[in-house]
Amino acid sequence: MTSSQSHRLTSGGLIDRSVPLNFRFDGKAFSGFQGDTLASALIANGVKLVGRSFKYHRPRGILTAGSEEPNALVELRTGARREPNTKATTAELYDGLEAASQNRWPSLRHDVMSVNQLFAPIFVAGFYYKTFMWPAKFWEAIYEPAIRRAAGLGRASGIADPDHYDKAWAHCDVLIAGSGPAGLAAALAAGRAGARVILCEEDFVPGGRLLSDGGTIDGVPAAEWLSRTLAELADMPDVRIMTRTALFGVYDGGTYGAIERVNDHLPSPPQHQVRQRLWRIVAKRCVVAAGAIERPIVFAGNDTPGVMMASAMRTYVARYAATPAKRLALFTNNEDGWRTVETALGAGLQIAAVIDARSEVSPAHRSLASKGGFPVLHGSVRGVDGGKDGVRKIAVSLTGGARAEVEADGLAVSGGWNPAVGLTSYHRGRPKWQNDISAFVPDGAPPGMVAAGAANGDFGLGACLSQGFAAGAAAARDTGHSGTVGIAPAADDEAFSLTPLWHVAGKGKAFVDYQHDVTASDIELAQREGFESVEHLKRYTTLGMATDQGKTSNVAGLAIMAAVSGRSIPETGTTIYRPPYVPVAIGAFAGHHRDETFHATRLTPSHHWAAEQGAIFVDTGLWKRAQWYPRAGEKDWLESVTREVKAVRGGVGFCDVSTLGKIDVHGPDAGAFLDRVYINTFSSLAVGKARYGLMLREDGIVYDDGTTSRLAEDHYFLTTTTAKAGLVMQHLEFCRQVLFPELDVQLTSVSDQWAQFSIAGPKTRDLLREIVDPAEDLSNEGFPFMGAREVALRGGLRARLFRISFSGEMAFEISVPARFGDAMARNLMLAGAPFGVTPYGTEALGVMRVEKGHIAGPELSGTTTAADLGLGKMMSTKKDYIGRVMAGREALVAPDRQVVVGIKPTDKARRLRSGAHIIPKGQTPGPGNDQGYVTSVCFSPTSDQWIGLALVERGRERIGEIVHGHDPLRGEDYDVELCNPVFYDPDGGRQRG
Amino acid sequence: MRIVCPFCGERELGEFTYLGDAKPMRPEAGASEDEVFDYVYLRDNAAGQTSEHWYHGGGCRAWLKVTRNTLTHEISAVEPAAGVGARQVAK
Ligand SMILES: [Zn+2]
Repeated sequence: MTSSQSHRLTSGGLIDRSVPLNFRFDGKAFSGFQGDTLASALIANGVKLVGRSFKYHRPRGILTAGSEEPNALVELRTGARREPNTKATTAELYDGLEAASQNRWPSLRHDVMSVNQLFAPIFVAGFYYKTFMWPAKFWEAIYEPAIRRAAGLGRASGIADPDHYDKAWAHCDVLIAGSGPAGLAAALAAGRAGARVILCEEDFVPGGRLLSDGGTIDGVPAAEWLSRTLAELADMPDVRIMTRTALFGVYDGGTYGAIERVNDHLPSPPQHQVRQRLWRIVAKRCVVAAGAIERPIVFAGNDTPGVMMASAMRTYVARYAATPAKRLALFTNNEDGWRTVETALGAGLQIAAVIDARSEVSPAHRSLASKGGFPVLHGSVRGVDGGKDGVRKIAVSLTGGARAEVEADGLAVSGGWNPAVGLTSYHRGRPKWQNDISAFVPDGAPPGMVAAGAANGDFGLGACLSQGFAAGAAAARDTGHSGTVGIAPAADDEAFSLTPLWHVAGKGKAFVDYQHDVTASDIELAQREGFESVEHLKRYTTLGMATDQGKTSNVAGLAIMAAVSGRSIPETGTTIYRPPYVPVAIGAFAGHHRDETFHATRLTPSHHWAAEQGAIFVDTGLWKRAQWYPRAGEKDWLESVTREVKAVRGGVGFCDVSTLGKIDVHGPDAGAFLDRVYINTFSSLAVGKARYGLMLREDGIVYDDGTTSRLAEDHYFLTTTTAKAGLVMQHLEFCRQVLFPELDVQLTSVSDQWAQFSIAGPKTRDLLREIVDPAEDLSNEGFPFMGAREVALRGGLRARLFRISFSGEMAFEISVPARFGDAMARNLMLAGAPFGVTPYGTEALGVMRVEKGHIAGPELSGTTTAADLGLGKMMSTKKDYIGRVMAGREALVAPDRQVVVGIKPTDKARRLRSGAHIIPKGQTPGPGNDQGYVTSVCFSPTSDQWIGLALVERGRERIGEIVHGHDPLRGEDYDVELCNPVFYDPDGGRQRG
Repeated sequence: MRIVCPFCGERELGEFTYLGDAKPMRPEAGASEDEVFDYVYLRDNAAGQTSEHWYHGGGCRAWLKVTRNTLTHEISAVEPAAGVGARQVAK
């Protein structure tokens, strides 16, 4: 059933041979072991070809053993959990894993699109811009879809993600990125000093390069030191090691982003667990011990499967006991690459040759070569003979001009190491060039951050340990922890001695950016065409813009640019570094903010009662509001709403209006304060009275409206619209604290504290008398229109009662503490039964306000003035208030402004819709004669036809005029008559009666 | 980003709302249209130290004057904004 793991060593490695795991790649069954990644398991099974390249569909193998991998991207899992572009090098193997190669059709080995290689000349740098320019309309219709189909990598599942993602906060004194020797030493020092430490490691096992390279620390093998250190750290209660967690970004104020792959190593997350967790970590100090990334050398055929980074090759052999090659060659320009030869020899592999670009090789390595019986060739690799089955032969140019050939089935490459400078550079830091390692190293870092070890350009094991330890101790000290840290772990530093080599000229494609198929000649072409700046180079060739962010390609790319443009590498410079360091799923950023938990839901106090009545709810901001209450036999919403309106106008109804913003305004200067924030005057309002108020923005445009009542000499109760409840509170606090601090006034938001119901209709008093204590005088004299006061209810509960009307009917609004809201709704139904009480929703509320010509959200549009709304007379001339001066600007008082007016269709049967444009009758509609638009419409049961409100140029001077309603979106054209916006009871007798 | 509220201590950005430049001061009653226009619309676009109004709506509801460097995002001072927006605080 499964193949034999033909390329697995019989012993060694950090895999658990007692736990075999079955998996499938492109449908074929394989097996691996616990502790494998998908990449190491494929290697152990002798699989070399794992994908096709982006543009040219070239066969590609595994290049690295970490998150820098550009080639080995797969679709992991199936169905709704299928995840494209997942790195086989970081995907942990689990039993039943299914993965598929990408960018090939019909199969990986026989890919039709590999003919792209024949058309390679048109895929050069900038090909998007050059090839598909004309005709313009072909771009969207033909070119782009074709390119996307051909050049796409993995496919998204197209099905909603069934898993959960979480977001969490963590706080610490010292945050450490990376668990290699530097990171562990930092954690030891900081932990011993007593600091709260979080150490993030993207791998599933801590240890970093120690896991692959070993070494001797404090006189014991690295593995022993590692387990001892991890045990000591585990005993420290304030040290937390988070594996499978990549630190991906640095934000202001010591805030860091990290992505924890909580359950990616399982087929699916266990019940009630999340797949991934996005951490925001607040740290006083951060030690970046993120290590370094080995860089390729650019030569022809360097993308042949079987060509691999030297450090990755020895990781597969040492950590995973998997052999990428049986007979391998090494191409290096530095001493470190030779460690792969040592590891390979130790595992019993054959070395075909070492091609060393340097003029000198150390005596130790020379004797290693003679003992191992392989040649050391001074020179460079100029070509690779091989294909989808891997490397066969390696063509070498020897120093001095001679040529040689090496037969091998694998080629390890080391062009040196680039410190991982991402985290230190995310705040626009520009790393500096360090000559002895020919690499960019951090030049400063965001506040509180420091790099240590290989991330700082110091590659030796001894240097990593001592720097990490010192950084951890300093960070602990800086955060006030002075415990004894002891002595830094010690080790020798290995020799590095690098002679820079970036690109070997030769015949055939030499890849710089494997994932985006950017070649050395693309960079040369970009330079010839003037795209010499690194930022231009990046965008013209797409170098470094793939999901790997150019981790293996950026420095080589700009080194080649430097060479062809005759500048030094530091003169050429780097592009700006931006997070995230590793790809982060959008789902992780969203966390639980999706579907029904996308935002909080606010329920009105009578919500559950309304739901029992079968109410249809509508979302208004965060609120769910009852929109109408359908009854059996009603054929549509209009029938229900019409019934509700008629029931109110003919009897009594009630509606939950608790969503209005409510603010208690207290203090001796409360009236003076309100005078400054409203256009009209409130200091003169009598206690026990309510008044409609209008607020402007400081630029003179209307901000909000509502009714404010005076409950006591020093106590007002202010209401806002539902939409602006929070914003008005914020605005009033600004006025109170920042603009008018001399006023003795306090504001308290009580929106959630009061349940408020509007009770409207000619029988309102009859109903209220059943609810309110009989001692309360509700007569027109005892409680006149716009009266407002506290009353006792039957049973003793205190309520606030306001005689205000939005519907135009005799109406009251009653407020009770929110916890009594549900009971109040039920009581109103009970007490109102004899009077035919009818609950009504926001639709009926809206119909009645349009019939009454009241403005609401559509008219308070952020473009209208008080005068536009017909409320210009409310603007006091006797006081200063917010927006007063700007409201007087010429354009805001121009006579031809669009103002609120009523409209009704000349054809009584015609339905109106909001948004239609108002055009003078007989004219062809166009922007030149657009005189306004329809803001609100409703079917008016009272008028028995559709009516509406509109903003129309000079509308109030044109009452009676027939104009044209033009609705190009819905393809409707009709005539309407401009009319008084108050359709119902224009003299207001009903609401005062 | 984190702001140290003088009343609540260090809190995360999500608790705060940004309003804008804290430098303009509301002219006194009776100011000319030009003066008010400047107050409402004209802003410096400083590269460096600025003072800004932030609202701690997720905390104590205080309006704060935050001194921040637009180049480094460093916050060097956070004070209650009481009265800083008025040209003359009446007695
Ligand atoms: Zn606060």
